[in-house]
Amino acid sequence: MLISNLEIIPGKRVKQHLGLVQGSSVRAKHVGRDIMAGLKNIFGGELKGYTELLQESREEATQRMIAQAEAVGANAVLNVRFSTSSVTAGAAELFAYGTAVILE
Amino acid sequence: MEDLVLVITLLLLGYIFGRYAEKRHYKSIIQREAELSNIPVVATKLIPPQDKFISIGLVAGNVVISVDYFKRFLAGLRNLVGGRVTAYESLLDRARREAILRMKEEAKAQGANLVFNIKLETSSISKGSQNSIGSVEVLAYGTALKQER
Repeated sequence: MLISNLEIIPGKRVKQHLGLVQGSSVRAKHVGRDIMAGLKNIFGGELKGYTELLQESREEATQRMIAQAEAVGANAVLNVRFSTSSVTAGAAELFAYGTAVILE
Repeated sequence: MEDLVLVITLLLLGYIFGRYAEKRHYKSIIQREAELSNIPVVATKLIPPQDKFISIGLVAGNVVISVDYFKRFLAGLRNLVGGRVTAYESLLDRARREAILRMKEEAKAQGANLVFNIKLETSSISKGSQNSIGSVEVLAYGTALKQER
């Protein structure tokens, strides 16, 4: 499965477009990480816990998108975009979407 | 009185540790940018047709970074008079450069020598109750390509 945010893949031709596929994941941070983040708000610097959390949930969203693409029989997802929105205080939604295609 | 002591202590702690963290971070950013300068990052999506490329796939890098107490205090003061908020400018600059570097590192690990169509996304992870920025997340992503020579 090829994931790319380009519209045209060099050297390959799109045989069939299968429409939009998407995956999302809503995650909340746990209390321990929140306390550490509170400390970091005083000292400044990277919040490693949050970086990992967001990376993991983004990967999960991508995995869900890939699962959807596999279900419709695609072998590549093109023009992938990520988007983040905070649903409530303390939880964030990570969203990935793209066009499922069959490449030759 | 005790509150004032607490605030001054926090300001001092923020100033000392924040400055130290920022200096160290900039040093590492500059060093790693020099190391990874052989992987250009391009913001266009059209690939030059005369060159041959192999597509490797999506690479991404993200970072969550927080501003220190002292700088947030400065930014609060700046809100009264308006103007450039340099405290947050350096925060965002650091976050973007770090995210791009992490993306480049991933691209390098996968054997790519070019990153195409880079997109940057910034979101603030606020604590909800206050509407101060506090910490920001920057995500950089693009398609890693390998040029055939």
